[in-house]
Amino acid sequence: MKLMINGQEQELDLAPDMPLLWALRDHAHLTGTKFGCGMAQCGACTVHIDGQATRACITPVSSVEGKSITTIEGASKDSKVTQALQAAWLANNVPQCGYCQSGQLMSATALLTQKPKPSDEEINSFMSGNICRCATYQSIKTAIKQAAASLA
Amino acid sequence: MDTINLSRRHFFKVAAAVAGSLTLGVYWTAAQAKTTPEKPVAGPGEAGSPEVAPAVIDPHAFIRIDPDSTVHVIVKHMEMGQGSHTGLATLIADEMDADWAQVRAENSPADASRYGNMAFGGMQGTGGSTSMANSYLQMRQAGAAAKVMLVGAAAAWWSVPANEITVKAGVVSHPSGKTAKFGELTEAAQKQPVPSIEQLKLKTPEQFIYIGKPELQRVDIMGKVNGTAQFTQDVQLPDMLTAVVAHAPLFGATVQSVDDAAAKAIKGVKAVVSLPNAVAVLATDFWSAKQGRDVLKITWDESKAYKVSSADQLARYQKLAETAGKETTKTGNPAEALTSAAKLIKANYSFPYLAHAAMEPMNCVVQITDKGCELWYGAQLQTIDQTKVSELLGLESAQVKINSLYAGGSFGRRGNPMSDYVLEAAMIAKGSKLAVPIKMVWTREDDMRRGHYRPMFFHSIQAGLDKDNQLTVWQQRLVGQSIMAGTPMAMMMTDGYDPVSVEGAGEPYAIPNKLIELHTPEDIPVTVQWWRSVGHTHTAYATECFMDEMASAAGKDPVEFRRALLKDSPRHLAVLNLAAEKAGWGSELPNGRGRGIAVVESFNSYVAEVAEVTVKEDGSFTVDKVVVAVDCGLAVNPSVIQAQMVGGVGFALSAALGEKITLKDGKVEQSNFHDYTPLRIGQMPVVEVHILPSQEDPSGVGEPGVPPLAPAVANALFAATGKRRYELPLGTKA
Repeated sequence: MKLMINGQEQELDLAPDMPLLWALRDHAHLTGTKFGCGMAQCGACTVHIDGQATRACITPVSSVEGKSITTIEGASKDSKVTQALQAAWLANNVPQCGYCQSGQLMSATALLTQKPKPSDEEINSFMSGNICRCATYQSIKTAIKQAAASLA
Repeated sequence: MDTINLSRRHFFKVAAAVAGSLTLGVYWTAAQAKTTPEKPVAGPGEAGSPEVAPAVIDPHAFIRIDPDSTVHVIVKHMEMGQGSHTGLATLIADEMDADWAQVRAENSPADASRYGNMAFGGMQGTGGSTSMANSYLQMRQAGAAAKVMLVGAAAAWWSVPANEITVKAGVVSHPSGKTAKFGELTEAAQKQPVPSIEQLKLKTPEQFIYIGKPELQRVDIMGKVNGTAQFTQDVQLPDMLTAVVAHAPLFGATVQSVDDAAAKAIKGVKAVVSLPNAVAVLATDFWSAKQGRDVLKITWDESKAYKVSSADQLARYQKLAETAGKETTKTGNPAEALTSAAKLIKANYSFPYLAHAAMEPMNCVVQITDKGCELWYGAQLQTIDQTKVSELLGLESAQVKINSLYAGGSFGRRGNPMSDYVLEAAMIAKGSKLAVPIKMVWTREDDMRRGHYRPMFFHSIQAGLDKDNQLTVWQQRLVGQSIMAGTPMAMMMTDGYDPVSVEGAGEPYAIPNKLIELHTPEDIPVTVQWWRSVGHTHTAYATECFMDEMASAAGKDPVEFRRALLKDSPRHLAVLNLAAEKAGWGSELPNGRGRGIAVVESFNSYVAEVAEVTVKEDGSFTVDKVVVAVDCGLAVNPSVIQAQMVGGVGFALSAALGEKITLKDGKVEQSNFHDYTPLRIGQMPVVEVHILPSQEDPSGVGEPGVPPLAPAVANALFAATGKRRYELPLGTKA
């Protein structure tokens, strides 16, 4: 099966019903995308499919053939929005354990791409699918707003 | 400071160069850098720790300097988000006068002789919010010694007196204009004599360059924003297999028989391993292993399984609370004071089992070869894990090599005193007879249902006021399972009971007649464990909610009422007053809103929190704002303290609002985040943190932000509605 991951086509031997998450982690060896729940409840596995935030843990690989898949590794390199968010994440010391943060950043990247100046309510609504057990939510919100300002 | 034998016992050794690179290894000897703290710190639970063990003369290695001047701080405490890497690196960098940008942190190996936790009697491990308290002096001494040796090397090289040399931001210089970076001096510094403790001049607080500075960036942050940080889940090794496990559906059930034909037919599945109470499927990747696991046909022997439902267990606890329990605290004459009280108030509180539910489900990588056993995981209690695994495999402890990694959260879960998940991984590897690395991965459902919960508890309290509305008597009976009994931590149990079951109950108020009693059911096989702030998770709620109720009964303001009972507790009083002041305590709030307060000391840190709630017309409520005042001694990393207080509030609110593990005929009813519901971003209140300036030795911050939150919210709900809350979780309705 051919997958377009972070701008590069990769030929991988995958069962069609395998969730994209495990194709990325176990076969493409991109481990920045995390396993948290396996049922699209926590957002730790968030990637972009053609720019849309998508939970990789419930997305069969067969459904993303021919589509553009972006993970935290690719976004860190290529996305100005992600880079602005990462700078704000650094400035606010956002992560604690850090496990959910790839997913948080991928969701936040999709948010700022769609809504360059989100309100508090829009941030709460868009980011509601990403759980952080360390409860870094307050600084995530601050950092999203800072990144939005820096991109304006 | 006690200086017994300091000069003989405390000295530094220079390590051999590591792996061919020119490195300066400062080895710190003697486990005891400071004397017994005023109150013994234990952990992962707080109370009942043995006195800190006497000094053990063994080398400790904490610093490595590369030729490119990178300073590696070797951290003996697991980084689970609480900031141990940043905290310990701060201490060393400050005393060394390193540039923060050249400092990195890495996990130490598992070796209690060098990396023991002085608050755990020298056992290596992380918990009880002890990382900073037990490292504060030790790390500063290591940093200061490294600096002396670097300066000594420069003095010899330049033929100048050492006392003319200064160090600033990683540059060693002499007024003559000569300068050198650490890396240029490393080789020569290794040959320098090692200073004794007496020769070291630690900085005074006004000389600190990083300690106490809020702008310091976390040392672990880069990999955590670009996806490169290595968690157990991310370990990839040649020929590695992934193991997914079918666990017994009931506590106490065992495997009777397994039909694994369908599992073995799945592409990628390499082996099926049966354990006493679980069956593992090993495959070349997670997905194949999980598919194999899901088609196993297992017959379970449930003859000895626990089949009780939560409601029945609670009823049993309630009945137990009607009888006298094991006396754990007694002052005055509570029985007489209860009969002579002018006003007597009673209340019962119930608390469910709670799952840690860290974002990274439990996992562990293990490889058994003819040389020994190697593990890769977020290790929290290295010494216990090493011992348990070595016993299982018939090895020496030293043959069990642990590579400690970042933990994707723990909240106490990775510090299992019976090494449950580590042993499960090791048993799978042993049973497979394969010499390849095996990554055991629990699914979220496995993680949620596998036990090791914060124990379910029931409290029954009665307290009395005299005719002048003074609180004269407090009797509290607690019912709940012991965390320590039957584990290697049982040595911390004194007088036949588990101190973490009752820690904080009825504290710290000056009440002349006080009785705390405990019932510890011993026949319930539901496994229990410390959960961020341990006993305080329930004792603080019962104590602080009931204290509020007594204030109402006495017709007094909750803050005023507490103040009068805290005259001999200045640090409690200081945070109580600060939180009240910053929250505008006493000022008017519109209808439907309420403010509540609670103050708790845990793990030697003092925290008061004021919560503000809004109750809506439909009866639902929101927690809008929480003001935190914390006294954790000298604030080493204000940014980390702030983050731990805010995170502690969020973690505690998560449990207070919606978390519970319940049993139906013994089976855990919850499975994933749709029915065990952590706090989400829209529920997070605005949290304001005020750190009390202090020159006391630093104490922990990982846990102490948690205990006051739930009672502060419940007390705020009372202020808004006039209704007391006796059961957690609170749910969504006021």
